[in-house]
Amino acid sequence: MPVFKDLFRSKSRYATVKPAQGDGEPARTQAARPKEVPDGLWVKCPGCQNILYQRELARNLKVCARCGHHFHVGAVERLSQLLDSLDTFEEWDADLRTVNPLGFPGYEEKLARMQAQTGLSEAVVTGEGRLDKHPVAIGVLDFSFFSGSMGSVVGEKLTRLFERALERRIPVIVVSGGGGGARMQEGILSLMQMAKTSQAVERFGESRQPYISVLTNPTMGGVYASFASLGDYILAEPGALIGFAGPRIVERTIRQSLPSGFQTSEFALKNGMVDMIVERKDLRPTLARILRLHRA
Amino acid sequence: MVNGVFEWERPLIELENRIKELQAFTKEKGIDFSEELATLERKADRLRAEIFSNLTPWQRVQLARHPRRPTTLDYINMICTDFIELSGDRCVRNDEAMVGGIALLDGIPVTIIGPQKGRDTKENIRRNFGLPHPEGYRKALRLMIQAEKFGRPIVTLIDVVGAYPGIEAEQRGQGVAIAENIRRMSFLRVPIVCVITGEGGSGGALAIGVGDRVLMMENAWYSVISPEMCAEILWKDTSRAPEAAAVLKIGAQDLLELGVIDEVIPEPLGGAHRDRELAAQRLKEAVVRHLRELLPLSGDELVRRRLEKYRRMGRVAQVTEERLQAVSESPRD
Ligand SMILES: [Zn+2]
Repeated sequence: MPVFKDLFRSKSRYATVKPAQGDGEPARTQAARPKEVPDGLWVKCPGCQNILYQRELARNLKVCARCGHHFHVGAVERLSQLLDSLDTFEEWDADLRTVNPLGFPGYEEKLARMQAQTGLSEAVVTGEGRLDKHPVAIGVLDFSFFSGSMGSVVGEKLTRLFERALERRIPVIVVSGGGGGARMQEGILSLMQMAKTSQAVERFGESRQPYISVLTNPTMGGVYASFASLGDYILAEPGALIGFAGPRIVERTIRQSLPSGFQTSEFALKNGMVDMIVERKDLRPTLARILRLHRA
Repeated sequence: MVNGVFEWERPLIELENRIKELQAFTKEKGIDFSEELATLERKADRLRAEIFSNLTPWQRVQLARHPRRPTTLDYINMICTDFIELSGDRCVRNDEAMVGGIALLDGIPVTIIGPQKGRDTKENIRRNFGLPHPEGYRKALRLMIQAEKFGRPIVTLIDVVGAYPGIEAEQRGQGVAIAENIRRMSFLRVPIVCVITGEGGSGGALAIGVGDRVLMMENAWYSVISPEMCAEILWKDTSRAPEAAAVLKIGAQDLLELGVIDEVIPEPLGGAHRDRELAAQRLKEAVVRHLRELLPLSGDELVRRRLEKYRRMGRVAQVTEERLQAVSESPRD
C-alpha cells in the first residue's frame, strides 16, 4: 500500500478541520483490498489448540472447523463476507485522518505503525454497499487497528455514516469489534465521540430504517457503552467478549476469580443484553432476512 | 496524605496551625501578639499563593479526591432548599451510589442528581464508594424523564471515579445503561446543566454528563481514563499517574480549551474543602446563571443546540483532493 503509507507521512500538508454537519459529498475511494494471509501457513486455534491450515481457515470465514472458534476478521474481509460483492462497496470519508489533539507522546508513531501493519487509515471502514441487492450503509471496526478503539476519526466516520443513511433512507449495519473502547490517546475527545455517535444513532431513527448492531470479539468499554448498544437489533457472534469494564479490572475490583463464561456473548444473551447469537456463516443470511422483513 | 494534608501543602498547614494556636493563646492569656500574628499572616498569604497558584495536574487530582471535599449531597444541601430525595429505578433496587430528587434552586424547581461518595468508611460501604451500578444510572434516567414531563430543568453534579466494574453490574448491563442515558439525555426537552464537581471518570460520568452547559470546578478532573490506569497501560507503573495526569489533559482549563466544557468555576484558594460555603456559593451562582439563560428556550431549540454542540466535538484532518491525487500519481518507492 505505498499510496496509503505515503499519505500518512506527509502530515504537514493536511488541513485541520473541525467536524461539521455531513453536508459535503462523501469522498469516493476504493476500499483497500484484503491483505494476503499473513506470514505462516499454519495457525494454532485458541479454542481447541489444534493446528489449522490458514487457507482452509480463510475459506471457512475464519471459523475453526473443529471447535467453532471465531477468529478476528479484518474490516475489508468482513465487508466481502457480508456484502453481495466488494465491488458494490463505495467507501465514505476515506480522506479523514487522525491528528494528535493532546500532543500525546508516541501517538503519531503508533498510528503510523498501525497504518503500515494493516493498510488501513483508521480503525473503522464505512460506506455504502449492497446486501441482497439492496443498498445498506455499513461500518466495520477493525480490531487489528488500535484494538478497534474509537477516537475522533472513528466517531466522525460513524456519525457521518448514520447521517448519510438518514438522508438516503437506507438501513445501517455496524459491525463492532473494539476491545479498546474509547481511545486513550485522544483523551476526553474520545469520550465525547460516545455522545456524538449515540446522538447520530437516535437521529437516524427518524428514517424508520433499521440499525443492526453486530457485536464481535471483543466489544468493550466506550464502544459498547454507546452506538454498539443502541441497535434496533443487536446480534453477537458466538464466544465474543462483550461488556463495559475489562475482565481484569472486574477481577481486581471484586478480588475473586470470575465465573466461567463471564462477559461472553452467551452471558450477554442470557442476561438480556443482545437479541441473538449468530454464527458467522449465518450472519449474512440473518442480516438479509431482517432487512427483507423491513422491506415487506 | 496524612490527616487530610498533602506533603506539598504541609508547610502552609503547619503555619496556619501556629497562627491558630497563637490566636487561642492570646484569647486565653490576654497577651498581645498582634505584631507576631501579622507577620505570620503575611507569611501564610505568601505561602498560600506560592503553593496553590501553580498547582500541577496531579495536585489538582489530589484536591478533587480530598476526603473533606464537598460531596453531591453536601452541595445539594448548601445550594438548594426543600430538597426531596427520590429513590429507586423501579426495577432492581435503590442504588445509594447515585442520589437524586427535586428541590428549589434560587427559587427555580429543579431535578438534581449525582453520584454520592461516602464521607466515612461506613457510609462508603453503603454508597459503594460512589461507584454506581446500572440501576443507579437508570434511577438517574427515570428522574430525568420525570423532570422532562413536568418541564423542570435538570442539574447534575458529577463526582465519580467510574461506573462500578463488578459481576452484577455487567449482568445488568452497565454498558447498555450508560449508552441509554447518553442517548436519552441528548434529546430531553428541558434545560440540562452538568457540573463536574470532583472526579469525572469516563463513561460513568458521561452517563449523567450530557447537557446544554457543562461546567467544571477548578480542581476537578474529567477524563476518558483515570491517570492511574493510563499510567499502567503506558508504563506498567501506576506510580507514574502524576505524569499521566499531565499527558491526558484532564484539568478544567484543558477541557475549556478543547471545547468540551463551557466554564470553569473558581474554587477557594487551595481547594473546595478549605471553604465549603464559598465553593457552594460559586457553584450555585454559575448554575443559576446558566439555567436562567436556558429557561426561555423552547424544547426544540434546546435539543437543536445541544446536538449541534456535541456534533462539533473531536478533531480530525482531511487530506485534500489535490494531495490525494498528487500522491496517487507518484507513489513513494
Ligand atoms: Zn478450534
